[in-house]
Amino acid sequence: MTTANQTAIERYRNNFLREVEANVEEGHMVKMCMQCGVCAGSCPLGPAWQHSPQKIFMMIRAGKRDEVLGSDSMFMCTSCYNCMVRCPRQLPITHIMHGLANYAHRLGLAPKGQPTRDFATLFWNNLIKKGRVNELTLTLRHYFRGGLVAGIKEALSMQSIGLGLLLAKRLNPMEIFGGHGVKDLKGFHAIIAKAKEIEDRKKGFSA
Amino acid sequence: MTASIATNQTILVVGGGISGMTAALEAAECGKQVVLVEKAPVLGGRTARLYRYFPKMCHPTCGLEINLRRIKQNRNVRLMTMTEVTAVSGSRGNYSVTLKVAPRFVNEHCTACGKCAEAVSAEVPNPWNYGLDKMKAAYLPHNMAYPQRYVIDPSIVGTSEGEKAKAACPVGAVDLEMKEESVTLQVGAVIWATGWRPYDANKIQPYGYDRFANVITSLEFERLADPQGPTGGKILRPGDGKEAKNIAFIQCAGSRDENHLRHCSRICCMASLKQTQYVREAYGEAGKSTIYYIDIRAIDRFEDFYQMVQKDATVSFVKSKVAKIVENKENGNPVLHGVDTEGYHRYATEHDLVVLAVGMEPEITGVKLPDDIILDSSNFIEGSKDGGMFGAGSAASPLDVNRSVQSATAASLHAIQIVNKTARAEA
Repeated sequence: MTTANQTAIERYRNNFLREVEANVEEGHMVKMCMQCGVCAGSCPLGPAWQHSPQKIFMMIRAGKRDEVLGSDSMFMCTSCYNCMVRCPRQLPITHIMHGLANYAHRLGLAPKGQPTRDFATLFWNNLIKKGRVNELTLTLRHYFRGGLVAGIKEALSMQSIGLGLLLAKRLNPMEIFGGHGVKDLKGFHAIIAKAKEIEDRKKGFSA
Repeated sequence: MTASIATNQTILVVGGGISGMTAALEAAECGKQVVLVEKAPVLGGRTARLYRYFPKMCHPTCGLEINLRRIKQNRNVRLMTMTEVTAVSGSRGNYSVTLKVAPRFVNEHCTACGKCAEAVSAEVPNPWNYGLDKMKAAYLPHNMAYPQRYVIDPSIVGTSEGEKAKAACPVGAVDLEMKEESVTLQVGAVIWATGWRPYDANKIQPYGYDRFANVITSLEFERLADPQGPTGGKILRPGDGKEAKNIAFIQCAGSRDENHLRHCSRICCMASLKQTQYVREAYGEAGKSTIYYIDIRAIDRFEDFYQMVQKDATVSFVKSKVAKIVENKENGNPVLHGVDTEGYHRYATEHDLVVLAVGMEPEITGVKLPDDIILDSSNFIEGSKDGGMFGAGSAASPLDVNRSVQSATAASLHAIQIVNKTARAEA
């Protein structure tokens, strides 16, 4: 990861915009931003962000590489698409935010302990194991992420919902023993491995 | 069989606003025959509904008066009001144009004494004040109306109200039997000066023009400031009739926006800068104007005007496109939400009144352009495939009055060339 970061620094020295254009999903649209501020003002989570999309686009152009890639702002996006539908230049803001988050994650620069990122990682790891999301183990892992006591507390606070799901047969307690997977698990893993290989090659992470 | 030779040297000008009047006059004063058609009952178009012009802050009365006098003096211009073009056929040098003339219900005997309006009690929304107030159903559109002749609204024809108007007329000018007419003309060239209309502010949902009484358009604000407007020139907000002293102007309301109008409407920055001076005129130091903008586009020599307004202590500038407006339910004040670009500060600012500097789009109500017309990506007229029809003024591009006049003069020259070629072919 750090080597990838080092390579990127060497390659795009002083031109972070070019780096974003080459490596981030829809990154070529960043230069289209005219700094009107509608995205920042339309974001329902706006006040919770460290940097609004508008500010991030300006920071990219100003070459603030560390500040952008180390920021947790992109992870705050809930994909409500408010910014995207309102943007007068029709920038795919939501996609760029996820693209930036993904790029920062790949370079190992994304902030540690960011809840959205942690949950996404948890979700992904759970999903690729069997090709299906095991809701029970995912939930438990999520609850107990902060230790035993916090986990029990959180589980207890959700027990009525859990019981409801159980009664409605939406939650199978037997899933705790590994759970069911897709029919062709081997094939599934091969698909994921191939997809990763292609993506790595495209984004220059093949090393 | 010999090819038929065009035989008509008349120029048709569609639209009687400042551009159409100019185009018609320039050609007529060169000795050409001109037919000027206007769908409204009077000349002047949107220009007549402005309070002042930028940058000299003079009143449109002045410029329009000169043009009206030129029209009255010129034998070469035939004016047809309440007339729309319904079809154009033929080609350069020889067009056949079908016109639809709506009944005015008042004939040429009218002396504009106003007795019909006194007699009538029915009221209709007043389009000359953008529907901000109502007017009598027998009316003279505005003080500068030309032709200076009353109009009876079709809604009262066939009712007792209509009969009242007829009975009140001392010269027998009210003719309730008038019918719609269709006229066909042969012309050599056509100038489309069909003008513009404000972008529909209802479509800009986050600004709540349709929901909040104290959010208005820049054109409505012109009427509020005008002594002949619905408030007699007092800046009273529509919500509760209170004096609005703290006014926000939102630029690019619909313009420069892929979701609305793609183009920059070019006039709105100057219009808002101008309107801040209405606030100063009304309240002096007690008035307060705030302009929310992406960037101010005060083109070429207007930069002087911009600098003058920047020095005005009652005017402040916020570099930000407002994201949304909500209403303070207690006092009806609009609250503007957004983030400014100079420091990325989040704001929620309350104002008495919000004026949306709405963009210009080509007028299409009552305008039926021939298929031959070439339009740009924003539907402004570029010309015709056969080269015999031209756009003029704000039908051709978003232009202010000054530039509309230049555009109209250019269109007129093109039309004269077409007509001269036709004349040579006939000789």
